[in-house]
Amino acid sequence: MVKKKITNRGFALKMIVWSLIRRRSRLLVALTGVTIGATVLLGLVTLCYDIPRQLSREFRSYGANMVFVKDGVTGRLEGETLDKVKEALPSERLVGLTPFRYEPVRNHMLPYTAVGTSFTDVRRTSPFWRVTGAWPGASGQVLIGTDVARATGYSEGSLLTLDGRNASQARYEKDFTVSGIVSSGGVEDGFIFMSLEDMENMTREPGLVDLAEASLTTGGASLPELVNLVKASVPGVEPRLVTRVTRSEETVLSKLTWLVYLVTLVVLTLTMICVTTTMMTVVLERRKEIGLKKALGAENSRVAREFLGEGVMLGVIGGLLGSFTGLIFARVVSYSVFGRGLSPEVHLIPITIAVSAIVTVLASLWPVRRAVDVEPALVLRGE
Amino acid sequence: MSQQSSNILEIVDISKIYGPVKALQNVSLYVRPGEWLAIMGPSGSGKTTLMNIIGCLDSPSLGRVVLDGLSLDSLSAAELTTIRRESIGLIFQQFHLISYLTALENVMVAQYYHSLVDEKEALEALEQVGLADRAKHLPRQLSGGEQQRVCIARALINHPKLLLADEPTGNLDETNEGLVMDILHSLHRQGGTIIVVTHSPEVAAHAERTVVLEHGRVASDSKLGAQEKIFDQASQGVEGLEGTKSAKEADSPIVEKAGGIG
Repeated sequence: MVKKKITNRGFALKMIVWSLIRRRSRLLVALTGVTIGATVLLGLVTLCYDIPRQLSREFRSYGANMVFVKDGVTGRLEGETLDKVKEALPSERLVGLTPFRYEPVRNHMLPYTAVGTSFTDVRRTSPFWRVTGAWPGASGQVLIGTDVARATGYSEGSLLTLDGRNASQARYEKDFTVSGIVSSGGVEDGFIFMSLEDMENMTREPGLVDLAEASLTTGGASLPELVNLVKASVPGVEPRLVTRVTRSEETVLSKLTWLVYLVTLVVLTLTMICVTTTMMTVVLERRKEIGLKKALGAENSRVAREFLGEGVMLGVIGGLLGSFTGLIFARVVSYSVFGRGLSPEVHLIPITIAVSAIVTVLASLWPVRRAVDVEPALVLRGE
Repeated sequence: MSQQSSNILEIVDISKIYGPVKALQNVSLYVRPGEWLAIMGPSGSGKTTLMNIIGCLDSPSLGRVVLDGLSLDSLSAAELTTIRRESIGLIFQQFHLISYLTALENVMVAQYYHSLVDEKEALEALEQVGLADRAKHLPRQLSGGEQQRVCIARALINHPKLLLADEPTGNLDETNEGLVMDILHSLHRQGGTIIVVTHSPEVAAHAERTVVLEHGRVASDSKLGAQEKIFDQASQGVEGLEGTKSAKEADSPIVEKAGGIG
């Protein structure tokens, strides 16, 4: 086998590698520092990416964050328009889109408001509703608000008769069964909820809703951007943000993200201090070696390059190890805090390695400056 | 100056002053190519300072140094580094091998900073000092004598014009001292210029000329054949001399192939 002739560059690399491997006990402290720094960096930045996703789901328990009404002063939305709205919104972020139609009705001569909706969607967009009894599962079943239950004395299983006038002003009267009582602490407590189909049958006016509520998770385009998107792509509809929900969501997320970035910055600074201290110790320990190299004819720039090369290699190895442990760290935190895992942000790994290398090089600059100042005549003196 | 062209080193009236301390005072010295010179003197006599100036590791405060026809006056540290790299081979009392590199790699380090690494040539240099079979050993796996021979191989690998040895046998036992001196003898026979700084009259006795420094001045400068005078001066002036050892005259067969340093 013909042995490959080593080049100067290959020899320089060999010197750096042997310096790290054969003096590993010395550099273990620096490597540990860089690895911990990279672990926290990748871990926290991964969480930064994931926190909005994770918390966004939590925020959805506050209810809808976007409402759609008819564009103009009065009027109702058509079912087809609602379908177009649904198509315009990013499906992966749409938790639910619930239609609502309000009709004045009477029960034993007393006025109430009946609301036609989709019970499947409303459970997604209004998870804060508390239902005693059961959700309506068939035609002819209704949910009544707690205020209505208190006023009428109805409970689960009671027969409820509603009357009113339909679209052609003809009187109607229809019997329903109370399947459960809903409590939200809001206006819902004063409503009678039935399926949209039952309401359309009762009023003989199909395909129209008063408004629709959407619950959207964050990530990607912002909610105001989605509002504009819907406005531009679906004529006849006016999307509105539920600012009470969206503002608090944005505030919490932005404060949390800044907090995580601040912690990351502190950790990186600490890493830099750790690496600087270790590299200073390394320089002090290797003064004779540096002096020898200079005595053999090494220019200051060459000595500096060798130390910085060691710094880069230290940063890259630490960054690699830290990327691995950082992903585990992020996963453990995600499980313990949010109770669910996260998908690794693979593109953060090369960034982490690069940042580790940069931080290590920056931390090595001052020690390297000290290294090139070494006077060979002083350190190589015989004893 | 008629000597100018025939001298490899000219030191003309140099002084080195550190604040109130005059480490060297008006020292002049001429060294011919192929000459073996020993510099002796007690501690504090200025021999280390003189060696640093000759080795381009320091500059004189006053006076002039010419190495191989090139004046070192007012050269920058970077320019002195270049001259050191091109013209000087250094042998140290404490060997100063890089601990994490093998014997072979330690020799190659000198090639790396000089020009291009050549593993074959470095291995040949180790062969010439009798260490081919120890090429892959780390310094801690080598004896003191072996480490010094690696140091010599490293000093010679770039064929320097001047070999400068600071107490080359100071940390060696008698056997290894003999081996090292054999190598220097072999190099000298091939025309190499050697300057040895030493406390030891036995080591100085191998040189063809000895210069004794005292209080930063040249106290005496003798040629080979006046050894007794040197011994007398040295034993009076050198502090803490060990018991005398017999000089080694034998040539080492292992260095017969050694490349010239001139």
